Amino acid sequence: VRPVALWAARAAPVAAALAAALLLSVIFALALGVAPAELLALVTDRFGAYAWGQVLYKATFLIFTGLAVALAFAGGLFNIGAEGQAVVGSLACALVGIAGAGLPGVVLLPLAIVGGILGGGLWGLIPGALKARWGTHEVINTIMLNFIALALSNFLIARVLGLPETVRTAEIGAGAVLPRLDGLLPGMRGAAVNLSLLLALAGAAAAHVFLYRTRAGLELRAVGLGRRQAWMLGVDPAGRTRLAFFLAGGAAGLVGTNFVLGYKHYYEDGFSGGIGFLGIAVALLARNRPLMVVPAALLFGVLSQAGLLVNTALPRELVDILTGAILLVFIAGERWSQRWVRRRVASAAAGRGA
Amino acid sequence: VIALALLSLAAQAVRISVPYGLAAVGGVCSERTGVVNIALEGILLLGAFFAVIGTHYTGSPWVGVAAAMGGGLAAAALHALATVTLKADQIVSGLAINIMAFGATRAGLRVLFQSASNSPRIPAPAVPLLPVALLLILAVLVVLWRTGLGLALRAAGEHPEAAHSAGFSVARLRWLGVLASGALGGLGGAWLAFQQHSFSDQMSGGRGYIALAAMIVGKWHPLGAAAACLLFGAAETAQIRLQGAGAPTQILQALPFVLTILVLVLWVGRSVAPAAVGRPYDPEQEG
Repeated sequence: VRPVALWAARAAPVAAALAAALLLSVIFALALGVAPAELLALVTDRFGAYAWGQVLYKATFLIFTGLAVALAFAGGLFNIGAEGQAVVGSLACALVGIAGAGLPGVVLLPLAIVGGILGGGLWGLIPGALKARWGTHEVINTIMLNFIALALSNFLIARVLGLPETVRTAEIGAGAVLPRLDGLLPGMRGAAVNLSLLLALAGAAAAHVFLYRTRAGLELRAVGLGRRQAWMLGVDPAGRTRLAFFLAGGAAGLVGTNFVLGYKHYYEDGFSGGIGFLGIAVALLARNRPLMVVPAALLFGVLSQAGLLVNTALPRELVDILTGAILLVFIAGERWSQRWVRRRVASAAAGRGA
Repeated sequence: VIALALLSLAAQAVRISVPYGLAAVGGVCSERTGVVNIALEGILLLGAFFAVIGTHYTGSPWVGVAAAMGGGLAAAALHALATVTLKADQIVSGLAINIMAFGATRAGLRVLFQSASNSPRIPAPAVPLLPVALLLILAVLVVLWRTGLGLALRAAGEHPEAAHSAGFSVARLRWLGVLASGALGGLGGAWLAFQQHSFSDQMSGGRGYIALAAMIVGKWHPLGAAAACLLFGAAETAQIRLQGAGAPTQILQALPFVLTILVLVLWVGRSVAPAAVGRPYDPEQEG
């Protein structure tokens, strides 16, 4: 089988998913009486430096939640809880930033970042520990913990931490603030992209090194291939499950660096709006490769920004339908391309045999 | 007087349990044939939305019920197409459908009713939904455990190779199971909408997921699942009553979800999933 054919087989599902999204957009446009060309113009005309700054801001969220899903997936575990982990991590981030308001930046900033990792990581550890100890299914548990985290945030902001008449906390200390990167390009002023983007890129690199260059990462991937088999090789599946969920939650918790430390400088209830679920789409499209999470996050960042730009003509919620369609076509396409490769390899082997 | 109060409490709990019950029994239909159906959350949401659309535009709750089941069936058909015909991952497909249902109902609210949160009110239904729901749950029980077709359906989830050898099409059996879950879930959604006399954004509120937990607790059996749903219905009733009594709303909101996690831990080892659930049937790969 020639490498070109293999490469095409890997690219085809992504291409099919994007084509489906495009086709659906045209259908939506026609159904709601908007000319597709007009829709395209709405997006392209306004996709300047500022929009790209916003895309990078959104992609930062999705890199963190995408890594949260991909890290768990490496161990064969479904982390649908990135949303809740991001909420708890961001709360922790803000709490540290507020409590240490007087501290200098060199102390407070690392503390706030660690707070985010620990908050998200410990919340992630709950389904990990439940799975490791009792074997209860992480899919339902992570979904339940999302709802619980949202209720917890709601309660804390309404009754304990929130400023009166608002749904937000007080501001964090100046030392914990991550600078904006909107000076990067002339037209980018005001965009929310900030230094946490570099943290996200570093996180992707670190996740890659962990999974492919460390013993613990290798063991985790072994658990992902088969819990029993990994156990027979001397790996502790329970321990690796807990580790995977802690790291996954930690990655999601870093969302707080983007929203709290880099953008708002306070925590706001209800900010997460589905970034955990989008993280699943990101991780799948990246085939759970940490480094591929970055371009996949950019893709969904662009999609979400495009949805915002056409909002005057079409409801931006239609982007959710596109996201779902991309996912469905991609996973179905993956099955097809895998079968196709298997057949090619089998027939090539048969040919050589004869 | 106390007896009367208890009776009204029980009646409320039963009413609240119905959408859980329909979704959970739908889950039984789907999972017994081997297909995990996380999409039930989205199916409930779509069912509620279509019930309101149907009722709003025709004035007839019957049309609303039919539309709700149609919406549920459509979402289920998409799930079956992806997971049975195209053999894609069942959990991812379910999540994708939920994301789509969430976006579609929101976009629908904005396009049809110019609102980001609510539909207009719909009239109270003159449809005797409770007996219909109970009959459907019994029908699932009878079909799955007392007919040859039911045996074949369950074989598709326990041992698809055996169903295949016996001359059945595993794909058709699984399509049937998933479609049944769509119709039941759609009806559950209609119940939700009629109960609140309107559609509101995200009104399924995790009930589809909790229903799956109830199905596990009920050992993938319609009566067990229905009984477990009464537990979750009772929890939600308690939540509503306590909220009325002034307890902190936000903490109470988390109650059903905490209960779900605890109950699942308690039920470990007592409940065994159908052997082939979650596994696409792909003779080529098996061979």
